[in-house]
Amino acid sequence: MLDYVIPLCLVIIGMALVLTMARLIKGPDLPDRILALDTLYINAIAILVLFGVWLGSDLYFEAALLIAVMGFIGTVAVAKYLLRGDIIE
Amino acid sequence: MAFWIEALVALFLLLGSLFALVGAIGLYRLPDFFMRLHGPTKASTLGVGGMVIASMIYFSFSGKGISLHELLIALFLFITAPVSAHMLAKAAMQQKLHINKETRGKPWEQ
Amino acid sequence: MKARRWIPHPLLSLCLLLVWLLLMNDLSLGHFLLGALLGWAIPLLTQVFWINPPKVDKPFKLCLFLLRILGDIVMANLQVAKLILGPTAKLRPAFVEIPLLLEDELALTMLTSIISLTPGTVSADLSDDHKTLLVHGLDVPDAEALVAEIKQRYEAPLLEVFTCSTT
Repeated sequence: MLDYVIPLCLVIIGMALVLTMARLIKGPDLPDRILALDTLYINAIAILVLFGVWLGSDLYFEAALLIAVMGFIGTVAVAKYLLRGDIIE
Repeated sequence: MAFWIEALVALFLLLGSLFALVGAIGLYRLPDFFMRLHGPTKASTLGVGGMVIASMIYFSFSGKGISLHELLIALFLFITAPVSAHMLAKAAMQQKLHINKETRGKPWEQ
Repeated sequence: MKARRWIPHPLLSLCLLLVWLLLMNDLSLGHFLLGALLGWAIPLLTQVFWINPPKVDKPFKLCLFLLRILGDIVMANLQVAKLILGPTAKLRPAFVEIPLLLEDELALTMLTSIISLTPGTVSADLSDDHKTLLVHGLDVPDAEALVAEIKQRYEAPLLEVFTCSTT
């Protein structure tokens, strides 16, 4: 059953990624684009975990965890830049 | 692997990806930034939560013993998603983004 | 007092041990000891940076509260999914100001996070004197009911768990 469900899930998340990309391109303002990037990395984590289940491999866990950490730092840094015009004060 | 475990994994995978899709749809079609903020902070986070639960069940029953470390991803996301949403909302308020005209109440000025 | 000096933050130590065991994905004695060592050493070494450590009064109650929040998050997501997929013109977004009683910083952080994760609300800003919280709701039929619900459902248990001088 998983052989059919996992490709289906990949398609669904792919659609989510396309919608997010559309928002990223459309804007209209900077916070919208940051929010779209934030959603993109969350969806990337979901795809990685899904891929790990598909291949039955534990290796993708580390990558997903790293993306979670780095993505959060990136979002906060860019939002901080918008707020203050400076990242490290 | 037993059939019902596979079914459970499939169910959680589908739920997770559907929630992620709902979050992305919210991000795409809602009219103003503050409303768009709701989609990703809640739905996408829970989407990853569903995926992680599915992965936990799958690896726990695939013969290498209990596997719980995926829980860390979900935990981390649940802690960080509200923080980044808060930062983005603050930035958006400072930039005085367009707010949907039906919104009642006003963001304050500080 | 002596135990307090050697294990300055017992809860933090426990969390570190738990995270270490999860990260290693292994429950063997060796990893348990290593995790315990890390859980003991890290709070001790970083003691200087904890200016005002949170005072958790009832850890058990906190766990129960967090479990209930988890249930709430799932319910809230179903609700938000319905709102997002429904007609957008019918939504009634609103900014709502919530007066706060909490003072502890960790408790405030938890409250804002919980508000962001549950029913159609995102915390947008905290006033400089930590007395008011600005919340944006996706669909708010009645602003006062929302304030009352958040205060009663989420703030009251947090007030109970954290020792806050409610002065």
